[in-house]
Amino acid sequence: MGPRVRGDDNRILGTTQMNFDDTPQEAAFRAEAKAWITANAPRQYEEELRKSSLGRTQLKGANILEVAKAWQKKKADAGWACLHWPKEYGGRGATPIERVIWQQEEGPFGRLSGMFIIGHGMCGPTMMAFAGEDQKRKYLPPLASGEKIWCQLFSEPAGGSDVAGLRTRAERTGDDWIINGQKVWTSGAHYSDYGILLTRTDPNVPKHEGLTMFFLDMKSPGVEIKPIKQANGQSDFNEVYFTDVKIPDSQRLGEVNDGWNVSLTTLMNERMSIGAGVATGFPELFEFCSNLMLEDGPAIDDRNVRSRLASWAVKASGLKYTSMRAISALSKGERPGPENSIGKLVAGSMIQDVAAYAMDLQGGAGVLSGPEDAEAAGKFQAMLLRAPGTRVEGGTDEIMRNIIAERVLGLPGDIRVDKDVPFNKIPTKGRG
Amino acid sequence: MNFDFSDEQKQLRDEARKFLAEKCPPKAVRVVLDGKEPYDRELWKGLADMGFLGVAIPEEFGGAGAGHLELCVIAEEMGRALAPVPFSSTVYLAAEAILLAGSDAQKQKWLPLIASGDAIGTLALFEGKGNPSPEGIKLSATGGSLNGVKKPVPDGAIADFAIVAARTGSTGRDSDVSLFLVDMKAGDVEARTLTSVDPSRGQAELAFRNCKAEPLGAAGEGWSTLSQLLDRAAVLIAFEQVGGADRALEMGRDYALDRIAFGRPIGSFQAVKHMLADMYVAATLARSNCYYGAWALSTNASELPEAAAAARISATQAFQHCAKNNIQVHGGMGFTWEFDCHLYYRRANATALSLGSLSYWEDALIDRMRKKNAA
Repeated sequence: MGPRVRGDDNRILGTTQMNFDDTPQEAAFRAEAKAWITANAPRQYEEELRKSSLGRTQLKGANILEVAKAWQKKKADAGWACLHWPKEYGGRGATPIERVIWQQEEGPFGRLSGMFIIGHGMCGPTMMAFAGEDQKRKYLPPLASGEKIWCQLFSEPAGGSDVAGLRTRAERTGDDWIINGQKVWTSGAHYSDYGILLTRTDPNVPKHEGLTMFFLDMKSPGVEIKPIKQANGQSDFNEVYFTDVKIPDSQRLGEVNDGWNVSLTTLMNERMSIGAGVATGFPELFEFCSNLMLEDGPAIDDRNVRSRLASWAVKASGLKYTSMRAISALSKGERPGPENSIGKLVAGSMIQDVAAYAMDLQGGAGVLSGPEDAEAAGKFQAMLLRAPGTRVEGGTDEIMRNIIAERVLGLPGDIRVDKDVPFNKIPTKGRG
Repeated sequence: MNFDFSDEQKQLRDEARKFLAEKCPPKAVRVVLDGKEPYDRELWKGLADMGFLGVAIPEEFGGAGAGHLELCVIAEEMGRALAPVPFSSTVYLAAEAILLAGSDAQKQKWLPLIASGDAIGTLALFEGKGNPSPEGIKLSATGGSLNGVKKPVPDGAIADFAIVAARTGSTGRDSDVSLFLVDMKAGDVEARTLTSVDPSRGQAELAFRNCKAEPLGAAGEGWSTLSQLLDRAAVLIAFEQVGGADRALEMGRDYALDRIAFGRPIGSFQAVKHMLADMYVAATLARSNCYYGAWALSTNASELPEAAAAARISATQAFQHCAKNNIQVHGGMGFTWEFDCHLYYRRANATALSLGSLSYWEDALIDRMRKKNAA
């Protein structure tokens, strides 16, 4: 038996090299995007946006909402908004890899898209899948152009990870539905024009079978929005109360009591965003350790510091190259594998640990968080206080592990004791 | 961009997996583990026949003339199967050292013998405890003869030749180190087999007494060659580690699906599911770091030192993590000699030290990242 590592055509297998180069088509697209961004981006904010890599993006002396809306409109007018959406709904009909290239080129200006992410990533795709054609043509283009902002009204005090346990009621009267209840953790509700809303329409059947999805005007009478003061003192989210809010049946998405399936479309899209890169805090920590002087020299020369840094470095690079593998699959027209689901899980707890470690390196002064007195302008203290939310929002660490275990590894789903129980017979209190 | 292995390379991986599933089941690993054989001779011959030993050796030296990406996919399968053969010492260390620094005559003599399975090679680097460093090399070379002791030397007792790191100067600089090639049959070397945490692979002490040796590469270039060699081997061994990690994860997953306790598969308990999910996360991060290492290795990129260290650290952590938690998922059965879990646990912890410890590579990674940032 001779060497067997030749192909059938006797060509030596070894000529195909990995590379990070664009295809000619991709290169042309990149050049076009780059040229347009260079000519049109609000460069006066570039430096500030570049620095605001973590937490809430803010601009000094400008209203970020207005700056963001102006940039989005400009992009939309030139055909650079919602690249992966069909043209007739305000998109560009671009390929997934072109969307990634755009994100890479948009760079820090992409941080202006924060308030559109839910609308573009979740509400839009849900509307596309379930709204009528005339509704799509009416609502999607202004959503793409940022003229209208959308929010997502799923989570409730009684239904977080167990979102199907929600209690907000929708009752039919004639051609309308009357909504009563409360939502919570709604990002951007206070500046949103529209929202998609998951409600309970039949409490007498098991919980997943009695839900219905709608979209509504957030200015409707009976909608009351209250900001939540978070544990870190900021307010990025809201509570939304519904008191006899009227929604026409024409704004129902999907069949009555089929809302759970509709919501799966929304949530699936939440986890499809690739290439945006998740914040880990590592570049900030590396820079901090490179400059910080300890008693016996720079922190980065300390053996313990190096060991901690290296462990985080390979997590950060592992996430980066995991994302590159997904982009490579997109570039070849393939669907990325499930490996991308690890990003939020890894980055969330990492940023928390990184922040605590940076503070530990500061010694007693690490307790200070005021920008004037704290090391590194207090960025690690702010990171530490924001991090618990990162590990909860958009699927807790535990839900993410369940998803990996069940959908990637094929392990059994959790035993659901409420699966066949009518919703109104499910216990609501743990003790007594 | 193309940040994946090609279809042909994946085909080669499948072929290697099929071959190893047949020729290298756990019971073959156990023959060596139990000390009945120093390595699996039949498997070694089979690997030569498949062309795997010379996959990255140029055709003019008897190899297949493929590339390092091909070697990476084979390495992954070797790690997955825990192949009890001197593959890493012969192919990643000895052959690569000759390719990096050997004379044409040395290449002509040894590379065809490696490719055909007729010569086992190794690298004699360590001298007792400690990590790779120019200062740690005390074995002396004077007038072409070596004096000193090397341990542990992987596969040292079965090697036909060894690349030996020796001290040829005393200036305190890296250029004090030179490399030598010793024909174990010709030179005066005494080999003593050592006991290790992973008996499925051999470790030995080699005592050199006025041992005849020929230089490998120019005098004073030894450390520079070794640094490159260790980086290249780090990527290849990282692929073995990822292969092992993946298999340990699979074993844990399969057991969790089959084993019933409290009236349900243990894989339905979140404590077990989440442990397995974390194993998947570790293995995935390591695989992605390894792919970057493979790119750097196969293109001779200037990023290789940093990429190799990242792949090494990530894969070491992942294999250790998956191997120990695979035992945990198996519970009591995982701690029996009969179950194969401990084979992976042993290999994970032995491989973690094979090119220097985790902290050594962590140190190296931060050094390299700093240099890049300063540049």
